[in-house]
Amino acid sequence: MAKIKSLADLKNLRDNMKSGIDLRERGDHPDALPQVKVGMATSGIASGAKEIMNFMIDELDKRGIPAVVTQTGDMGYCYAEPTIEVKLPGQDPVVFGYVNQAKADEIIEKYIKNGELVDGILPVNFRSVNE
Amino acid sequence: MAKIKYHILCCGGTGCHASKSDVIMSRFNEVINEKGLTSDAKVVATGCFGFCEQGPIVKILPDNTFYTRVTPEDVEEIINEHIIKGRKVTRLLYTDPAKNEHIEDSKHMNFYKKQIRIALRNCGFIDPENINEYIAREGYEALSKVLGEMTPQQAIEEVKLSGLRGRGGGGFPTGLKWEFASKYQADQKYVVCNADEGDPGAFMDRSILEGDPHSVLEAMEICGYCIGATKGLIYIRAEYPLAIHRLKVAIKQAREVGLLGKDILGTGFDFDVELRYGAGAFVCGEETALIHSMEGHRGEPTVKPPFPAESGYLKKPSNVNNVETFANIPVIFNKGANWFNKIGTERSKGTKVFALAGKINNVGLIEVPMGTTLREVIYEIGGGIKGGKKFKAVQTGGPSGGCLTEKHLDVPIEYDTLIAAGSMMGSGGMIVMDEDNCMVSVAKFYLEFTVEESCGKCTPCRIGNKRLHEILDKITKGHGTMEDLDKLKNLSQVIKDTALCGLGQTSPNPVLSTIDNFWDEYVEHVTVKKCRAGVCTSMLKFVIDPEVCIGCTLCARNCPVNAITGERKSPHQINQDICIKCGTCKEKCKFGAISIK
Ligand SMILES: Cc1cc2nc3c(=O)[nH]c(=O)nc-3n(C[C@H](O)[C@H](O)[C@H](O)COP(=O)(O)O)c2cc1C
Ligand code: SF4
Ligand code: SF4
Repeated sequence: MAKIKSLADLKNLRDNMKSGIDLRERGDHPDALPQVKVGMATSGIASGAKEIMNFMIDELDKRGIPAVVTQTGDMGYCYAEPTIEVKLPGQDPVVFGYVNQAKADEIIEKYIKNGELVDGILPVNFRSVNE
Repeated sequence: MAKIKYHILCCGGTGCHASKSDVIMSRFNEVINEKGLTSDAKVVATGCFGFCEQGPIVKILPDNTFYTRVTPEDVEEIINEHIIKGRKVTRLLYTDPAKNEHIEDSKHMNFYKKQIRIALRNCGFIDPENINEYIAREGYEALSKVLGEMTPQQAIEEVKLSGLRGRGGGGFPTGLKWEFASKYQADQKYVVCNADEGDPGAFMDRSILEGDPHSVLEAMEICGYCIGATKGLIYIRAEYPLAIHRLKVAIKQAREVGLLGKDILGTGFDFDVELRYGAGAFVCGEETALIHSMEGHRGEPTVKPPFPAESGYLKKPSNVNNVETFANIPVIFNKGANWFNKIGTERSKGTKVFALAGKINNVGLIEVPMGTTLREVIYEIGGGIKGGKKFKAVQTGGPSGGCLTEKHLDVPIEYDTLIAAGSMMGSGGMIVMDEDNCMVSVAKFYLEFTVEESCGKCTPCRIGNKRLHEILDKITKGHGTMEDLDKLKNLSQVIKDTALCGLGQTSPNPVLSTIDNFWDEYVEHVTVKKCRAGVCTSMLKFVIDPEVCIGCTLCARNCPVNAITGERKSPHQINQDICIKCGTCKEKCKFGAISIK
């Protein structure tokens, strides 16, 4: 292990190590961050939900937006798979359907970053399965 | 490469370790490898989550799913369902005892809702055997701040301002203690960490050392800088092998990166830490006895003054603090004394860790802000009394503390209020009792402990406690008198006033507090020879209800001492002089004719 010889060394190391536990830090106070849930039931996986999840995680990270991305089971909108649910802090969750990469990109840029709604919102007629 | 999506946190504390958490962890790694998920999920061994009752615990982040009582056989299902398909394994989720519902994530568990984690901040969150994870959580930044930006006096002022008081039992202001130690001049001074933790049922300090050893090392270094010491010693009981292992790993890693040793962080400050092992005598937790034991002498207390700050280890100025006290220190510097002193109450700042045990639904390790009431701890965090029974008392402060009752439930937990109520904070044991606990027997239990653990150096403790125990024993056997109750009170007072060290001075507390709060129960034992909880068996009387008995003779045939007589088909009787209260007859009777009076 390299020696830590100064406060600057320590801070560097901390910043490098932070990403290793970032996921845990965010999970520890999820309500303060945008939470993205990707529907990953069998039908979701078949329709490309896994790729969308990877895309969301990578892109949010690249664009420096801290968020909690998790997968969830069937959201009850099989017809519109892949679906993602986004819950911004202090707001009710919103579900988007037929999400492809372009849509995901739009969701990040418009909804997650600025809170602007985008097309493709599904009517939420019941509480999410995870509540 | 795709980013890791899940962290699977496995508890590696002693409790969960005992129930195979290591096997579970290697199984997770196996399955993850088999299924090619190494870039999706990562397994992390952590310290205790506090929820030991339901261990082994596996927590999945970022969604905070909390799986309880996990077995190696469950691992594949968790991976298949949760990690691959995103569906929680419902049968393993924590079940709320009050509502009998599965709770999906730990943020919604009452057990965690009222807790604030300062001393336990990293326990169950980081891998304690990886210094980098500690550093990622601002580890050693407090140290660098103190070394780089503060004089020892300024740092001591900060600790004083925080209002932190010792968590080892006495509650002495930590900053003040450091100031005393800093004032004495010597060629060598020592920082001592008291990890003896001798209270029966206590495991707060063990969990901190197992879950976050670096926080204690960092704090000892800060203390060393403040008082002018370059050597640290941790006195830990040899019965804590896992904590010792984690400390050794932590010390090794800190030395490797230069956070222990010479010229730390290029500031010219030297500090190193060594371990010293105790054999587990309760009295060795007392600071003077601890120091003698470290020096290789008998672990016996000596009269204070001189206090360790003046003449401690090898007669050099030494500062002794408890593990949990130290664990608070880095946070005080990272967040500021003025952040810390907003938590808690006027005279007790910050939080306190308790080991919650006894007749309570959620047994485990908790950390609550000072000022939380006993009711909140027992009913909200603890989930109430097991089996829907009635609450009777809560014991705090271990063998030096006392029992508090229903009327104390709304007392805020603070050093001074607990003393005023007849108990004390102690190091953090909290044992909940229900209607099936006999309070005379409880007092006897603690006295047994003290008699066993007294070092025998001074007479009041050696002989006095033995007499107290004899009297209590006599009462529980049904031979006590009202005079005995007076004797208990007087003798207790004498011991308190004359014993040499804290052990003897506080040992009568369990007796006095139960006499105060459960006087009726004592009187019942000595006058009508009755134990309402049914614990003192020699006082029980088995009687046959002649109205219900049909004379089947079953009990008479099963009684091991032939105490039961009676004609076939007519009511039987038990001869009380012969009966040995074994309870066999009551068990055997199919008609419920036998009861305990
Ligand atoms: C009989 C007896 C046992 C004690 N056991 C412990 C112990 O196990 N751990 C501990 O930290 N302090 C224990 N103490 C208190 C220590 O003497 C000392 O006050 C404490 O370690 C100081 O640290 P603090 O100011 O951080 O609490 C005990 C005291 C007595 C009288
Ligand atoms: S009070 Fe008890 S433990 Fe303490 S010195 Fe006296 S005999 Fe020893
Ligand atoms: S077993 Fe019950 S019913 Fe039978 S003789 Fe004994 S007390 Fe009576």
